[in-house]
Amino acid sequence: MQLNINGKVHDVDADPDTPLLWVIREWIGLTGTKYGCGIAQCGACSVHIDGEVTRSCSIAAGSVGGAKIVTIEGLSEDGLSHPVQVAWLQHEVPQCGYCQSGQIMAAASLLHQKPNPTEADVAQAITNICRCGTYQRIKAAIDTAAALTVPSPANGKA
Amino acid sequence: MSHTIQLGRRSFLTAAVAAGGGLSLGWSLPKAAAQGTGAELGIWAVIQPDDTTIIRIARSEMGQGTLTGLAQLVADELDADWRFVKAEYVAPEVNLANKRAWGDMSTGGSRGIRASVDYVRKGGAVGRAMLIEAASKQWGVPPGECSAAMSVVTHKPSGRRLRYGEIAAEAAKLTPPTDVKVKTPAEWTLIGRGVKRLDTADKLSGKTVFAIDVQLPNMLSAAIAQCPVFGGKLKSFDASKIASMNGVQKVVRVDDSSVAVVADKWFQAKTALAALPIVWDEGPNATVNSQQIDTLLKGGLDATEAALGQQHGDIATALAGAATKVEAVYGTQFQNHATLEPMNCTAKWDDGKIEVWVGSQNGDASLAAAAEAAGVRLDAVKVHKHHLGGGFGRRGNQDYVRQAVLIAKQVPGRPVKLIWSREEDMQHGFYRPITQCKLTAGLDAQGNVTGLHARISGQSILAYLMPQRMENGVDRIAFQGWTAEEFGYMAIPNLRIDHAVRNTSVPVGFWRGVNTNQNALYMECFVDEVAHAARQDPLDFRRSLMTKNPKHLAVLNAVAERAGWGTPLPKGIYRGIAQNCGFGSYTAAVAEVSVSPKGDLKIHRIVCASDTGYVVNPDQVAGQIEGSFVYGLSSVLFSKITIDKGRVMQSNFDDNQVMRLADMPKVESILVPSGGFWGGVGEPTIAVSGPAVLNAVFAATGKRIRSLPLNPGDLRPA
Repeated sequence: MQLNINGKVHDVDADPDTPLLWVIREWIGLTGTKYGCGIAQCGACSVHIDGEVTRSCSIAAGSVGGAKIVTIEGLSEDGLSHPVQVAWLQHEVPQCGYCQSGQIMAAASLLHQKPNPTEADVAQAITNICRCGTYQRIKAAIDTAAALTVPSPANGKA
Repeated sequence: MSHTIQLGRRSFLTAAVAAGGGLSLGWSLPKAAAQGTGAELGIWAVIQPDDTTIIRIARSEMGQGTLTGLAQLVADELDADWRFVKAEYVAPEVNLANKRAWGDMSTGGSRGIRASVDYVRKGGAVGRAMLIEAASKQWGVPPGECSAAMSVVTHKPSGRRLRYGEIAAEAAKLTPPTDVKVKTPAEWTLIGRGVKRLDTADKLSGKTVFAIDVQLPNMLSAAIAQCPVFGGKLKSFDASKIASMNGVQKVVRVDDSSVAVVADKWFQAKTALAALPIVWDEGPNATVNSQQIDTLLKGGLDATEAALGQQHGDIATALAGAATKVEAVYGTQFQNHATLEPMNCTAKWDDGKIEVWVGSQNGDASLAAAAEAAGVRLDAVKVHKHHLGGGFGRRGNQDYVRQAVLIAKQVPGRPVKLIWSREEDMQHGFYRPITQCKLTAGLDAQGNVTGLHARISGQSILAYLMPQRMENGVDRIAFQGWTAEEFGYMAIPNLRIDHAVRNTSVPVGFWRGVNTNQNALYMECFVDEVAHAARQDPLDFRRSLMTKNPKHLAVLNAVAERAGWGTPLPKGIYRGIAQNCGFGSYTAAVAEVSVSPKGDLKIHRIVCASDTGYVVNPDQVAGQIEGSFVYGLSSVLFSKITIDKGRVMQSNFDDNQVMRLADMPKVESILVPSGGFWGGVGEPTIAVSGPAVLNAVFAATGKRIRSLPLNPGDLRPA
C-alpha cells in the first residue's frame, strides 16, 4: 500500500489492517507519534488525516491510502514554528513530553477549525491524557496560539 | 561570606584517583563525553572552545525538570552563561567504572535535587576555580584579582577578559582544588531563576527519543504476556499455532510467569501473542478479590497488635476521659502509575555482553538488573538512558529491564525491543498500596483536642519491595507525613499513630507521593470533621493545633491569605483546606468547589502554597504543583484498581479513567521558601489535593466521603 505522510509517498509492505500508528512508527520509522493505549482513549497517537485530527491507533492504515497524513514531524518545517509549537515553547508546556505530540496535533486541529476557541471548546476538543498534568499550561498555550496566525491545512502543514 | 567545604571521600577527586585516572582529568569517559571534545573541568562540566558548556546529569528526567534544575546548580557555581549550557546523562557503566563518582543515580522520593545539591554545586565550584586559576596564570596575576561571571574570567585591575572557551583546555590541565567555596544564597545568579528547561524544544517536534522510540539495525520487537493472577505461573504455550503469522520470529518463555512473542514489528508480535494458546497455573491467589481484601483491612483497624509510628502522652486515658469522641474510618483503593509511555526496554545480547536502552528512574539499578538477568558481571553491561515518558515511581522497578534481557538472550546478536501493551501495564503494576485508617479524637468540654489516635491498616510497600528495610515489622514509609518531624499537630497532648500491616497478593510500590497521599487525606479530612464537631472554623482549628509547628503554620497562613479564607464566595461555591509535610517540604492548599443539584462536582480553583526551603527554578516548581493536583485528584475522583479472581479488573484508560483537561481546575501556586533547607518538589503537594477538595465537598454538601476514590452517585442528593 501507499501512504502520503508529511507530503512524501511511502510504499509500505504492512498488512492493510495494521493500525496507522504502527505503520507510521514501525514501517515508516517516524516515532514522534506515540502509543499510549491502543483504543483511542489517550490521544498520544493523534495525527491529521486530510486536516482532521485522528487517533491513529484505531484506524487501519489500508483505509487512508488516498489521504494526506500529517504527523508531528510534518507540522512545521523546523519542528518549532507552527503557532501551537511557538506557544507551547513560550509556556513551557511539556513535562515528560510523551503525550505532547498528540496534544499539539489536537490543538492545531482545534485552532484550524475554531481560530478563537472558547474555554468550553478547548475542554471539548482536547481530551488527550497527560499524566504529568500539564493541562493548565495547554489551556494557556492554546490561548496564546490563537492570537498567532494558524496556517491552513491546504498548504499541507497544518 | 562563602563557605569553605572540604571535599569528602565521595567527591570527584578521590574517585578520580581511585579510578586510576590520576589528576590529569584525562581518564577515559567514553560515553559521558560523547557530545564531542571539550575540556573537562572536574567531572560535572565539559567546556568547548565555543563556550558550549555540557553539564553531566546522573539522575533521570521524567518530566519533573531535574535535568534543568541540576544543570542550574552546577552552572551557577561554575558562573556559566546559561545560554551556553547543555545537559547530558552520565552512562551508568561509566559511573560504575569510576567508583560511582557521580553519586546515586536513583531518581525518586523527590530527592533529585535535594540529595545532589551539595556535591553538584561543589563540582561547579571546582570548575570555576580551575578556570580562574588558568586565566590568572596566563596573565601572570594572583587568582584573587580575578573574578568569573557569564562564562568569562575578568582581571579586575586591568579589565582583561578571557572567555571560558579560550582557557578551558588549559584549565583542564590543572590540579583540581581540594577545597572550594560554594556561593551563599545571596550570590546565586541562576538558582532561584525560572530559566527555560533544556529539554522542551525536542518535545515539541517529536524529536525526543524515548526508549520506546529506539530504532536499531536488525532490531526485533517483543510483546509479553504475564500470568494475569499475581503469583501464578506459566504452565505451557503452543508456539506452533502462531508460527506462520506475519513477522513472527520466535516464541520464548521469559521466566516462570511470562511468555513473549518476538517478531519483526511490535504490532505483529502483539497480534500473534493474542492468538497464542497459553495455559497458566493460576496458583493460590486465584480467588483473591477486593471484598476479601476489604475484610482483611477492616480486621486491622481494631487489632491489638500494630507497628508503632509515634506516640506521646497517654492516648488510652485521654480518649477514655474525653467529653466528646469523634471517630471515622477512611479507605482508599490500589492505584496504578499508568505512565503514558508503557513499560519498555530494548536489549541486545552479544558475545557475553548485554546492552540495554531504557527509561529508568535508576540507571545503576537498571545496570545491576541487566547483569543479573544476563548472568554476567556488572562490567559486561552498557545502559543507554533515555528520558522517561513518565515515571511517578513505577520506573524505579526493573522488572521490564530484566524481562527484556531474558528475551534478548534467546535471540543472540539482535536487539529486541520489549514493549508492554497498555493492558499489561495496567494489570502488572507496582500499585499504590491499599490502606484504611481509623481515626479517633477526644475533645474536652471546651472543644480542645485532648488526644488523637490514627490506626492505619493495610499493605506495606517495604514488606513487598524491600523486606530488608523493615525494622522489626515496622514499615517507616507507611507513616510518611506522620513522623514526629513531619506531623503538623504535635501540640496535641496525647497522640498515637500505628499501623496494622495487612499484606495482599497484589504487588505494591512507590507511587508519586507514596503514603503521604492516603495519610494526608485521612488526617486532613478527619481534622476537618473534628473541627466541625468542636464547632470551630477549620482554619482556626488547625492553627490551634500547630503551635509547635511554625513552618507548617506559615504555609497554612500563606494559602489562607491568598485564597481569601473567610471572605464571601459566589453562590454555590465552597472552600476546603488541607496541609501536610512530606519529602522535606511543607505544603497547604485551599480548594473551591461547587456540587450541582444532580451531584456533579466542579473544582473552580486551587490555591497551593509550598515551602521547599530553597527554590531552584520557580517556574518548574509551579509546573510540578499544577501537575501534582492532576495526578492526585485523578486518584481521588476517578481511577482505581480493583481485584477479582486474583487479578486486576481494569485494563486500559477506558475502565481506569484519569483526569483530563475538562476537569482541570485553575491551580495558583504560591512559593514561600523560608530558606535554610532543600526540600523536595515533585511529590509534596500531591498529598493535599484530595483532602482540600473533599473538605470543600463537605462544605458544599454536608457529605463526608470516606471511601475513595469517589463513586458515581456519591454526591447525588439522597
